[in-house]
Amino acid sequence: MLYSEQVMEHFMNPRNVGELENPDGVGQEGNPTCGDVMQIHIRVVDGTIADCRFKTFGCGSAIAISSQITEMAKGKTLEEALAITKEDVASQLGGLPPQKMHCSNLGAAALRKAIEDYMARRPAELVQ
Amino acid sequence: MNPVYADHIATTPCRPEVFEAMKPYFMEHFGNPLSLHDFGQTARDAIEAAREQVAGLIGAKTEEILYTSSGTESCNFAIKGMTHAYQKKGRHIVTSSVEHHAVANPVKFLEKNGCEVTTIPVDSAGRVDPDQVARALRDDTALVSIMLANNEIGTIQPVAEIGRITRERGIVFHTDASCAVGNVPVDVEALQVDALSLSGHKFFGPKGVGALYLRKGTRITPLIHGGIQEGGRRAGADNVPGIVGLGAAAVLAREEMNDRVARVTDLRNRLISGILERVDEITYNGHPELRLPGNVNIAVNYVEGESLLLLLMHKGILASSGSTCTSRALKASGVLTAIGLSEQACQGSLQMTLGPGNTDAEVDYILDVLPEIVSKLRAMSPLYHRKD
Repeated sequence: MLYSEQVMEHFMNPRNVGELENPDGVGQEGNPTCGDVMQIHIRVVDGTIADCRFKTFGCGSAIAISSQITEMAKGKTLEEALAITKEDVASQLGGLPPQKMHCSNLGAAALRKAIEDYMARRPAELVQ
Repeated sequence: MNPVYADHIATTPCRPEVFEAMKPYFMEHFGNPLSLHDFGQTARDAIEAAREQVAGLIGAKTEEILYTSSGTESCNFAIKGMTHAYQKKGRHIVTSSVEHHAVANPVKFLEKNGCEVTTIPVDSAGRVDPDQVARALRDDTALVSIMLANNEIGTIQPVAEIGRITRERGIVFHTDASCAVGNVPVDVEALQVDALSLSGHKFFGPKGVGALYLRKGTRITPLIHGGIQEGGRRAGADNVPGIVGLGAAAVLAREEMNDRVARVTDLRNRLISGILERVDEITYNGHPELRLPGNVNIAVNYVEGESLLLLLMHKGILASSGSTCTSRALKASGVLTAIGLSEQACQGSLQMTLGPGNTDAEVDYILDVLPEIVSKLRAMSPLYHRKD
């Protein structure tokens, strides 16, 4: 099998699939290498990611990464969430095949864009 | 439930009759066909009997069959060996945009080493226009190589028409028939080809054995130099069990050809019409009629092929895809691009190739399972917006 058990488990039973109603931030990232597209919605309460949803067009690892990163982001402060790297996601999933490492970047990048979108919408909060 | 094998284009199972025929040639009759003694004679008789069987399947003369290790070796042998042998004519090669790597890559190698290459495009069904081949021919054309049936979309090329043109012009013509031989009727006289590559494991023979048909009088330079096997044209101790297996598979194919084609075509038609009824926004790739009997190649919009394969596999259905993510090289299928599919459509590629061993119940099962899988993935896709 190409993938680890964790990857397959997330792929078969992805967490947090879908969209949020009136999300506080939306991030979408496309992958120029393979054409995958990942979209992440976040709900922010008191500087913390209270909820997170994804929709992904992509391979098994892209879907597993989306599911994993939404799980990792939930409950984290924006600063903590921004610090999540592609390596963090990959290692949480028990590793990825070398040709799939580029997918893990997609998750971190989409989450970052969602947070940036939130920040752009709430410039006042950044002053604090 | 047993897995549903819908990947016959990748390889086929060795038939029990084939395996039985091969068995004595591993231990009992282990002789080297080049040996003068009795053990050698037994092995020699076996590979010569098989040569007649292989020739019989494609309407060739016995002495026109050369054994190789694979379809890929046959293609390399033909392309490099014939280009070299006909280099006095020139160093121009004509090929198509949908060839298997076994042809495309040796051609690329020759291009790097001084040959000029004209690549004929295909239409949206994947067919080469013979007139375009005729227009591409030059006085310095050494070789034309165009496949018989495509390994991804199953489209069958107008090889006989191309053969008529190349023969008129006195240019040698090779066809890669690896996916066709044993699965559809192939006759080298009707096709008017000078060389044809075939592969044992594509039609219920063993892996590790193939053959090159080389029309009598056609010149070729060896790819593998060494001993005098195959008249000095292909050196290396003969793969006697493999060759015996190839012969046995050829006999079965010849006997069962009509049934195979009828049965597999019927299964394929049921599968594709069932899919088109049950799942919307799907493209059926390849030619509707002029295609390999077992080939179903579709593009499922808004979802990615590897995800489809994994979910199908979870349900016990084994298929393949030409999507970027499925390929280790992270490249979308060149064939799907050549027939004009968008990058995103290539991503949703799904190929199911049926064989005579598949059943109606298996087709029904695929039709039961596939729509749910597509819905699950589309519900997850940011590109999909349901039209209610």
